[in-house]
Amino acid sequence: MSQIHVTTTVNGDEVEFLCDPRETMLDVLRDRLGLTGAKEGCGTGDCGACSVTLDGRLVCSCLMLGAEAEGREIGTVEGIATDEDLHPLQKKFIEYAALQCGICTPGILVATKNLLEKNPDPTETEVRYWLAGNLCRCTGYDKIIRAVMDTAAEMRGAS
Amino acid sequence: MRYHTPENFEDASAIAAGADGVTRFLAGGTDVLVQLRSDMVTPDDLIDIKHIAGVHDITPLRDGSWRIGAAVTGAEMSENALLGQAWPGVVEAMDLIGSTQVQGRATLAGNLCNGSPAADSVPAMIAAGATVSVIGPDGSREIAVADVPTGPGKTALKKGEVVTAVNLPPRGHGGGDAYLRFIPRTEMDIAVVGCAVSLTRDGDTITAARVSLGAVAPTALLVEDAAKALIGSALDDAALEALAKAAEAACKPIDDKRGTIRFRTHVAGVLAKRAARIAYDRAGGAK
Ligand SMILES: Cc1cc2nc3c(=O)[nH]c(=O)nc-3n(C[C@H](O)[C@H](O)[C@H](O)COP(=O)(O)OP(=O)(O)OC[C@H]3O[C@@H](n4cnc5c(N)ncnc54)[C@H](O)[C@@H]3O)c2cc1C
Ligand code: FES
Ligand code: FES
Repeated sequence: MSQIHVTTTVNGDEVEFLCDPRETMLDVLRDRLGLTGAKEGCGTGDCGACSVTLDGRLVCSCLMLGAEAEGREIGTVEGIATDEDLHPLQKKFIEYAALQCGICTPGILVATKNLLEKNPDPTETEVRYWLAGNLCRCTGYDKIIRAVMDTAAEMRGAS
Repeated sequence: MRYHTPENFEDASAIAAGADGVTRFLAGGTDVLVQLRSDMVTPDDLIDIKHIAGVHDITPLRDGSWRIGAAVTGAEMSENALLGQAWPGVVEAMDLIGSTQVQGRATLAGNLCNGSPAADSVPAMIAAGATVSVIGPDGSREIAVADVPTGPGKTALKKGEVVTAVNLPPRGHGGGDAYLRFIPRTEMDIAVVGCAVSLTRDGDTITAARVSLGAVAPTALLVEDAAKALIGSALDDAALEALAKAAEAACKPIDDKRGTIRFRTHVAGVLAKRAARIAYDRAGGAK
């Protein structure tokens, strides 16, 4: 099977890769680009561990083909922190102990960063619905929600 | 698997018409990729329609009708305030599909063409009187959404036919629609029953209505007797009871772990009444 040549942007950097037409964006990120932040929990769109942004829109990278990335912009958890500093969400997740095993965390960080960009002042209900597709088997969600609410408040104060 | 990115629908149709193996169109991929990855369906030809001009557009037309491109996502529909004012039931039905992530990809046309009897947007489109524009080897045609599903996983689309857009009629004055589904959780589940009601009011009196049920038969149903129960009434208790009876009578559900026949049938009546009340209030100007 001939491979497809794809040029795309990942976390602001232009990248090129060859992939099989059946290969998902998640597999491309992890196995070809060495970006192992996005995780495979289910591979069927249910768990959100593979969450990335596609042209600023939150999607499951397990439900997207690598070939579909041509000319688009992908954002992953690796692009959230700067060289110097963790993102406020990352700091609050540590402060609140909003992670245990950490499998869900990259997806939840990508998802909640995307939420706060669209809605800097979400209600708790809005945060919970936004994260309905991000499963966490460890924390019981409460610490995650509180970390997100507190980050949102802090970021509103700072800007 | 060959991955195609045609730049117009004629080419997309021609690829599908000329293919002799398993062919799928790729819109949001939220059904296609799940089926591919679980080895249920591995297409020989996968035809991505997202490079075709206009497929991402939501267009209000001058007569008040709407044209929703075949690759418009649920998230894009929810963000369109005018569409939400005209057809809140269609928008809320689409919005129930999956998570935020799924909303970023899933489309009305994909939900319809996948052919699930429990597809959430389909009853809402049927109640709205929606049609799909289709291009195929024999030219283009317009089909009522109600006529597209023919059984679980089956549609009336012929080999090589591709949906180019979903068309919603003009809402007009005094109209309202609503969609409700029953699931055992609050999010991320498949409808046990879904019900959409679209109606038009003149003052307090209902002058036109369409009622559609999902997940209670091999395809979504347009229930004419349920609509008749509403038309001419002011949604009084007698009309609501007649509506529930007609909805129950139309059900031919399966018994499975998600719901028994008796439960599904009962819930169809309950949801019909609730959806009718919401549609009625919206038609009267409520948000
Ligand atoms: C986690 C998860 C949760 C979900 N929850 C729900 C839910 O609550 N309710 C629900 O109804 N569904 C649900 N789904 C199913 C799915 O998301 C929907 O059916 C969705 O609307 C499919 O749209 P799509 O654009 O992704 O379709 P695709 O996967 O791209 O295509 C689906 C089918 O339609 C055909 N097709 C697509 N576009 C066209 C076209 N233009 N012309 C002709 N044929 C076409 C394809 O060939 C394919 O057979 C869920 C899926 C996932 C992964
Ligand atoms: S791995 Fe993509 S949603 Fe679970
Ligand atoms: S921290 Fe383990 S799944 Fe969330």
